[in-house]
Amino acid sequence: MFYREVGQFKTSYAADQAIFPIRQDRIGLALILAVAFIGIPLVGGEFMIASVMIPFLILALAAIGLNILIGYTGLISLGTGAFMGVGAYACYKLTTLFPGVNIIVWIVASGLVSCAVGVVFGLPSLRIKGFYLAIATLAAQFFLQWCFVRVGWLYNYNPSGAIEVPVHTLFGIPITGATAKPLTRYFVVLGIVVVMTWFASNLVHGRIGRNWMAVRDMDIAAQLMGIRLLPAKLLAFAVSSFYAGVAGAMMVFLWLGAAEPEAFNINESFVLLFMVIIGGLGSLIGSFFGAALIHILPIIVRTAPNALGLKIGSATAEHLTFLITGALIIFFLIVEPHGLARLWQIAKQKLRVWPFPY
Amino acid sequence: MKALKTTALALLAATALAAPAAPAAAEDIFVPLFTYRTGPFAGSGTSIANGMRDYLEMLNARDGGIGGVKLAIEECETGYDTKKGLECYEAVKPKKPVMVNPWSTGITLPLIAKAAVDKIPVLSMAYGLSASSEGDTFPWIFNPPDTYWDGMSMIIKYIAAQEGGGLDKLKGKKIGYLYLDAGYGKEPLPFLADLSKELGFETKLYPVPAAEMQNQSAQWLNVRRDRPDYMIMYGWGAMQPTAIKEAVKTNYPMEKFISIWWPSEEDAKGAGKEAAGFKTLNWHAATADFPVIKDIEKHIVGAGKSQAPKEQVGTVLYNRGVYNSMLIAEAIRTAQKITGKKAVTGEDVRRGLEGLNVDAARLKEMGMEGFTGPIKLTCADHNGHRPTFVQRFDGSKYVKVSDWIEPMTDKVGPLLKADAKAYAEKNAGWPARTEACDSKS
Amino acid sequence: MNLLYQIFVDPFVQMGASPDLLVQTLWEGLVGGVLYSLIALGFVLIFKASGVFNFAQGIMMVFAALTLVGFYEKGVPAPLALLLAIGVMYLLALGVERIVLRPLVNQPDIMLFMATFGLTYILIGAGELVFGGDPKEMPVAALGLPKGAIDLKILGGLVSLQKIDIAAAVIASAMVAGLALFFQKTRIGRALRAVADDHQAALSVGISLNQIWVIVWFTAGIVALATGIMWGARSDVSFALQVISLKALPVLILGGFTSVPGAIIGGLIIGIGEKLGEFYWGPLVGGGIESWLAYVIALAFLLFKPEGLFGEKIIERI
Repeated sequence: MFYREVGQFKTSYAADQAIFPIRQDRIGLALILAVAFIGIPLVGGEFMIASVMIPFLILALAAIGLNILIGYTGLISLGTGAFMGVGAYACYKLTTLFPGVNIIVWIVASGLVSCAVGVVFGLPSLRIKGFYLAIATLAAQFFLQWCFVRVGWLYNYNPSGAIEVPVHTLFGIPITGATAKPLTRYFVVLGIVVVMTWFASNLVHGRIGRNWMAVRDMDIAAQLMGIRLLPAKLLAFAVSSFYAGVAGAMMVFLWLGAAEPEAFNINESFVLLFMVIIGGLGSLIGSFFGAALIHILPIIVRTAPNALGLKIGSATAEHLTFLITGALIIFFLIVEPHGLARLWQIAKQKLRVWPFPY
Repeated sequence: MKALKTTALALLAATALAAPAAPAAAEDIFVPLFTYRTGPFAGSGTSIANGMRDYLEMLNARDGGIGGVKLAIEECETGYDTKKGLECYEAVKPKKPVMVNPWSTGITLPLIAKAAVDKIPVLSMAYGLSASSEGDTFPWIFNPPDTYWDGMSMIIKYIAAQEGGGLDKLKGKKIGYLYLDAGYGKEPLPFLADLSKELGFETKLYPVPAAEMQNQSAQWLNVRRDRPDYMIMYGWGAMQPTAIKEAVKTNYPMEKFISIWWPSEEDAKGAGKEAAGFKTLNWHAATADFPVIKDIEKHIVGAGKSQAPKEQVGTVLYNRGVYNSMLIAEAIRTAQKITGKKAVTGEDVRRGLEGLNVDAARLKEMGMEGFTGPIKLTCADHNGHRPTFVQRFDGSKYVKVSDWIEPMTDKVGPLLKADAKAYAEKNAGWPARTEACDSKS
Repeated sequence: MNLLYQIFVDPFVQMGASPDLLVQTLWEGLVGGVLYSLIALGFVLIFKASGVFNFAQGIMMVFAALTLVGFYEKGVPAPLALLLAIGVMYLLALGVERIVLRPLVNQPDIMLFMATFGLTYILIGAGELVFGGDPKEMPVAALGLPKGAIDLKILGGLVSLQKIDIAAAVIASAMVAGLALFFQKTRIGRALRAVADDHQAALSVGISLNQIWVIVWFTAGIVALATGIMWGARSDVSFALQVISLKALPVLILGGFTSVPGAIIGGLIIGIGEKLGEFYWGPLVGGGIESWLAYVIALAFLLFKPEGLFGEKIIERI
């Protein structure tokens, strides 16, 4: 009853093709943005900001990148973790080579480096597909991780073998390094994520996105319709790696503060894959849902017993986290194989016809 | 569906509220312990966690805490994962911890910069960033009693002693270095290269990728080909038992296989009697025959308050945990002495760590006579560079077989200084030390 | 020029100079390859019968071995512990079929793939909760497996064959032979093959899919148990083994997802290839290349033969 588009007439094609053609959706989005930009900073504690929201946003961005590849183009990749690593190391190198340039520029530029690497590893995608391609991307995962360990130039020959983030400022306010307030970092992350989500949304709703989806649904048919497969697939790899790279750079610079190559290991790739599939393939909002579920759920499982006054060992809690996460993954797959995004749509549909069932 | 969402939201809200709430009772000293009883390294982590916890619990049970103030001990499970470790750090930060022990180099590194800002000292006992021993650059980080470079220098000295004395005896020898291909294992490489140039021995490197820890046959084939006179190992977790088994398989003379201080009894036992002769460095005893361990057995393990099985008490890594907690406790005690306060804060404990002086008399008082050597930290030296000894595995336990070996402080010291300087330079804007120094000496 | 020499000439000179080491390397590669093959075999069995890309095969191996060792450490005699472990694997197969496969029937492959991810998490959590996360020692002697080595003085050197490795090779061969017989000669085996060929056709002639799935998962569980025992005897039983089990994936690419001989030959190629690569060419780049070499071999192979060694030719229609 509150969610009904009755009476909203479109008078131009542009209005009809808008991403949010319904007014309530636009209001909803504005509300969400308001909560993200104003509400959460006001009520969230430091733990909430630094350990829940910042990682959630960064992971969601990486999930969007992966979703472009898997959900929109139908190419399974198990190398996202490594592409995030490429972004992080590129950003580290760029900031140490050219310290004068603003950090935000380098965070975005490091995405381009990751993008180039992604294209190289995307080349086999023309010949192979499905699980075979997934395993081929594992080659990228393990090879790149080996490079992070072995190529000293990448980490400036630090004896610790890790990359560390010094203080960088934006308009005189520190946004990376230890002196940066979590809230500042949060706003930077949020800004980048919102802009890039908006960009992705335009991309997937436009011609390029439609090309990708045609390739996903049946690549031979797409080819017959005049879509050139190699550019389409490589572009998907490029955009996906770009997002992963930016997310990786943000992960090290705005979240962790220092990272060893292990931070970009195979588990990272798997976790992102979870997020995409649980959230919903081919759905941007699903990437956010997936990231929220996979990142925040374990935190709840860990802290809930204490909050409820139950005494369980930290190790037991961790085991239970694994058990519950696994069970929930299966549960969600069974209940709603199309992911949380689909639940979201169903909910919207229900609201639309409420209070009458049809 | 809606109910589900509401519950989820409610839970989320509860977490958001609960995390910063529930501070430790004001009069307690909050000591979080970052442990890993899960994950691929749980084998080592569980013993350490038990040792750390049991010693502090014992202080609570026997003495009512430190200086009459109870310790609020809380474990946070990191699974040896950097991201979870940072989450733990953020979770304990609002509760005003007096110190954190990350127990993972990966978690230590991001905390190095944060420590000074959050005023929480970091104690990374013989791991983490080696250069953090330089108190002038890293006033908030402590890594006693030795760095990995110290460890390497002591192993080289021990090898020289086996060869009949001076370091010149190493000339023309071939020394193999088997290491975990990560920051930790690679750290001694430049130092080893320097030494080999200076002393005229040849080094052979055998990196083991983290993903291949349990699949080392290629490395040991190389060992067979190169036939090094001695093998040095910097391993961790499942890499260690696998390496020892492979060494036995390759018929490598175990007496010449020397490791840094991380292998436990369990790591060597898997290879059976043939593993006898395997050696590691250590700086504390690996038995339960000390009054302090007896106290733990009486007050904690005997009372069923420990997660440790009886036979674990007194093993290498359990005692390592006890030693770590001894440092924590002594730092708090010293901080109380310096400040005259009962409930000390992180800032006080940092001063306590810099004034830490556990001498022979104090060791005896704590029931640790003969358990370990004395240690003294200063404002400039956050490490101590203590001597260690070599212990030999006899088929079921480790037995001390050498005297205390002093590290090559003359060689390691300048390297650490240079490294600390490089760290400060690379991290432009690294704050200069402003913390005052208490120790007058 | 020097580099070219190091890449193309020097390794072969080394091989010629000490043939005993070459034989030893080949042997180590062979044994590693056999173990990869066994993990891959588990994948193939399940993929053939149910079309599920079973990511949990690696953790099933750890879990099976852990159950065995866990029972043994609790004081159960080794043979009984082995039986109990087999029983647990049967229960697991039953549970997977009931709780995971049946509700997800007819879903796209990737959903089933994800479900096995969930299964992986559950097995990790359950395994650590019940048996603890510390590495455990495989009771080799109690299981009646041989210990020690046979040292052959041949080729002007020494080739040392571990008895446990020989046992692994023998057991693996016996298992493959047994499975082949089972597939060819028994009623259930024929039903399995029918299901693998065409689900619906099999259903229509009265084969119970659910029953077949339980059998297949159970068989894969037993294969996993055998692999776990062998690998546990080489190092320890720990959750870190799961990462190694990923090595079965390039084997699958090489052999094709649906081919049992492919899994075996692919495993041997990967096993021997990566050992030779690490031993003779690894030192050129500082070693440690084993972690990715297998994937690159498989990737290079894929570019020329996308359907794998023995995979069925993919014909696509619109």
